[in-house]
This record gives sequence, C-alpha cells and structure tokens, in this order.
Amino acid sequence: MRNKKSLKKRLKKYFWVYILALPALIYLIINNYMPMVGLTLAFKNYNFSLGIFKSEWSGLSNFTYLLKSKWAGIMFRNTIGYNLVFMVLGTVLAIFVAIVLNEVRSKKARNIYQMVILVPYLISTVMIGYLVYAFLSKSNGFINKNIVEAMGMKAINWYTEAKYWPVILTIVQMWRVFGFQSIIFFATIIGFDKSYYESAVVDGATVWQQITKITIPLLRPTVIILVIMTLGKMFNSDFGLFYQVPQNSGRLYEATTTIDTYVYRVLMTDHDVGRSLAAGFIQSILGFILVLAANLTVRKIEPDSALF
Amino acid sequence: MSGNNKGFRVFSNIIMILLSFISIMPLVLFIISSITRESVINQFGYSFFPREIDFTAYRYLFKSISTILNAYGMTIIVAGTGTIANLFLTVTLGYMLSKRDLPGRNFLSFFVFFTMLFNCGMIPSYIIWSQVFHVTDTVWGLILPNLMLSAFNVILIRTYFSTNVPQEIVDAAEVDACSQIRMLGAIYMPLSKPIIATLSLFSVLAYWNDWINGLYYIVTKKELYTIQNVLNSLQNNADYLKQYVNSSGLGAYAKDIPSLSFRMALAVMSVAPILIIFPFFQKSFVRGIVIGGVKG
Repeated sequence: MRNKKSLKKRLKKYFWVYILALPALIYLIINNYMPMVGLTLAFKNYNFSLGIFKSEWSGLSNFTYLLKSKWAGIMFRNTIGYNLVFMVLGTVLAIFVAIVLNEVRSKKARNIYQMVILVPYLISTVMIGYLVYAFLSKSNGFINKNIVEAMGMKAINWYTEAKYWPVILTIVQMWRVFGFQSIIFFATIIGFDKSYYESAVVDGATVWQQITKITIPLLRPTVIILVIMTLGKMFNSDFGLFYQVPQNSGRLYEATTTIDTYVYRVLMTDHDVGRSLAAGFIQSILGFILVLAANLTVRKIEPDSALF
Repeated sequence: MSGNNKGFRVFSNIIMILLSFISIMPLVLFIISSITRESVINQFGYSFFPREIDFTAYRYLFKSISTILNAYGMTIIVAGTGTIANLFLTVTLGYMLSKRDLPGRNFLSFFVFFTMLFNCGMIPSYIIWSQVFHVTDTVWGLILPNLMLSAFNVILIRTYFSTNVPQEIVDAAEVDACSQIRMLGAIYMPLSKPIIATLSLFSVLAYWNDWINGLYYIVTKKELYTIQNVLNSLQNNADYLKQYVNSSGLGAYAKDIPSLSFRMALAVMSVAPILIIFPFFQKSFVRGIVIGGVKG
C-alpha cells in the first residue's frame, strides 16, 4: 500500500519533515559545500578585498610557488611519518591494554580503570600543552629538575631542540589516545563467543594460549578494518597536538610542521594565502582519494563496516 | 575470559594500576603545583611533594573573578547553544533520512554523506565564514563553524531511528492521524534517549574544549574569549596576563601576580567541571566511543 501512494501524496505527507530538516541542509551547504567553491581559490591570486569570484586566475603558480618552499617536503614527510608511527604503536598498545583489561575479573575495578584511562582524552589540547610544559620547561620543568639535573647533567632546553620532538610528540599522543582506542578493542573482545574460551579451559589451555590462539585471531578483522580506515586519514593531522604541544616554537618547526600547522602558519603569520590554499587543496584531494580507496577496500573485506 | 590463572590476574591488575597512574599523574602534578608557592616552583621545579603549600594563585583568581566568570560564561553559552543547535540539526536531518518512502531520500542521503568523504580543510571554510558570513569577532564565530553538525552523527541517528523504532508503532500512529512532526517528539525521541545522551555529551565536550574557532574568528574582541582561548593566549603571549588581570580591576596588585601559578590555577579550573561530571556520564561516553570506533 505504502508504495502505491502517489508522489504528490508522499510529498504532502512529509512536507513538514522537509521544512524541519531545512536548517540542517542549509548548514551543510554553508559549512561544507560553499568551501568547495573556495577550494578553487587555490588556482587564483586571492585578494581579500576582491573576494572569491573577482580574484584573478593564476593557473598553477600557487602550486609551483609552494613546491619551491623547503617546507613542502617537510610537511608531507612529517604528516605521513607521524601518522604511520601513531597507527602502528597506537594499535599495538590499544590491543595490549584491551587484553589486559579483559583479564581483570572484578567488574568494579574494570570500570574504574576504564574511567581513569579515559581522562587524558577529555582534556583540551591547550591543557595538554600546559601539562607538557610542566614536564619540559627548561628552568623549572619536572624532567630537568628531578631527572636531568639530579643525574648531574646540564638542563636541556627542550623547546629549542627539534631532535627530541618526534619522540615527545609520539609519547604525548600515545598517552592521550591509548585509553580511548583500547575501549574499542575491549568492546570487541567482550562480544566474542564465550564457548571458545570455555572449551579451551576444558582442554587445559593456559591464559597465554587463550590470548594468542583465540583472542588475537578473533580480533584480526577489527584490526584490519581500523588500520585501513586510519590509512584513509593519512594526510590529516591533529592541529592541536602539533601546534599547541610544541608551543608553536619556531626552532622546532623542522620536527613539528604538518600540513595542518603549515596551512595555518603561512596564512596567519606570513599572510601568504596562495601557498596556504595550494597546500590545503593538495591535502583535500589526496585525502578524498585515500578515503575512497580505504572504503572500497573495507567493503571488499567486510561490507558491514564500510561507510558506503 | 579464562579464569584458571591467578598469576595472570594479579599481573593484569598491576598493569592497569600502572596505566591508570600514568594517565592521571601529569594532571596530579599540575594540580599540586597550582597550590605550590611560585618561588618554590621557580627554585625547585614542579614537584609532587611541594615544600610550601600556598593558595595565592587561587586568591588572585577570585579577586579577578568577574573576568574569569566572563570567560566561563562564554564557554557555557557557547557549549549550551552549540549543543542544542547541534542536536536539533542532527535529529531533524536524521529523522528525515529515516523515512523510507520519502521522495528524494537517496539524493539527500548522498548529499549528507558526501560531506564525510570530502574535507575542504580550514582555509576555504575560514574564507566563507569570515568573508561571506562575517562571523569574525562575534559569538557566532565560536558556535557556527564546523562544530554544529557532523554527517557521521546524522547517519548514526538515522540508523538508530530505523532499527530501534518499530515500524508497527509508526504505522499505527499514521492510522490515528498523528502528524509526522508529533511522531518525532512522541515516539522517536523517547525511544532514542541513550543515543541522544551520547551525542549531547560529545557535543558539549567538543565545544567545551574547542579553542580553534576562537583562534581563527576572535581577533580583536577578547571579551568574547572562552576559557580555552584565554588559556591559549596566556600561554603564547606573556603580556596578555597583565592585560587580562588589569581589565579585571586588579590594577595595583597586577605587578605581584604569581604569573605561573595563576595560569595553572586557571587551567585547573578549566578542566575541573569536565572531570567532576565525567563519572556520571562514563557509560554514554564509552557507548559513543564504541559506535564511533567500529564505524569510521
């Protein structure tokens, strides 16, 4: 009966539903579709006073100009490099924590652990910048005062030595997300069929054997899907982490510049719209291709987990 | 779920206690330092066991309470309005897409979905919001850009509506001539409380912790700063503390202000509300992580 209703009748039936959803559609047009027009500015010589449509076309000059900058290579290297390290370490750590958490028997204890390891994820990146500073400040930081100087060495000026930052940023990122990411795997493990474990116990399997022979193999599909999805975001970086935690220190740019911080920096401090737009354009297009590729791959492995 | 190995259970607890300690240790160090005398920090550094407890920073914080409350007020206004708007947009759009016989449903679904695949990045978005809609230096600059609607949440709520609201109830309501709008309030919303609670929580958290909109859109009108923007400016600009405290009528005291511990006290105040309410919402939060994690 439903399908036989004429189009006109259905339009009338849902008239107010359309009206109600109109603000949301308008929001998407403004916030998500209009910037796509703005993306064409990468091929223009953008002038704030002339606006989007009156600025002159400049062909590929923004791009050639961007590629001449030494930062072009650095930002791609950093963005992809950090993402790969975060992905590998993050996944291993999260699986480890999920398995350990699952071996805790008391439900109350589990809940408390879960709550506490989620705390870092609730804190803003500004606050994380403050926390890191408490540890790394040259003159009074916890590490210099209590470890470096206590061992009789000279205080290290962390915020001017780029070489330490790949490690520092990785530690900070792991600290921030390990709880969050392990919850995902933990939820998956809880959902596993208990009978596997029961029969394993009957057969006299040790805890270690249960983990390596049952839990990890069963986790494999989830891991593969999450890894592919993460690969789809390979060109994105967390602006807060790379801008706020190193305090936007110029001496560290070599190690902390990612596409996102570069785009911000050249626009807001160098007022170099052209380079900023060109870098943003490349990020959008490559990001789009990767997300499509990632989803097509996931769809082949497990259609239920794909976005489309 | 093994159970036959006591040693492993003890080991698990030890590891989890260690990880819990690592998770909150930096925060504890920070809170302790905010009640340590500034000269002690400068001489001996940040420490878990302060030589001298001192609440000067908090006293200054309360002296400049009007300025602090202003930033707090901004955060609450932005997080409150933003979350209400976010819920309204998400629910109404998700509701529309959940109607199976809605004309144009496929096109509209794609229209929403495509925004998840294609991300324009900050600059084009900044140009549109600031040059076309002139949100710069208004409260709208903190509320409107980027945070108000995510296609992912729309799809989440659409799926929830179509799987958790029984079609029979909807059909029966239609027979009783219940309008589609009343149905949303009377049937769909009450049946979807858990997912709505989760979405609200994530939205409040996103607005509360956001400082990027302030960074881009609040240029001269610093009285619009949320607490995160104030913290960001205090960190990046040494002179800002003086301006900030002066504007609160502390004039004569301003030169003695313990700048380091003042900043820390303020930072502690910014996370306190979140940490206090979190235990009550943990369940909603974990649910959100699980749904979000498995799908994108």
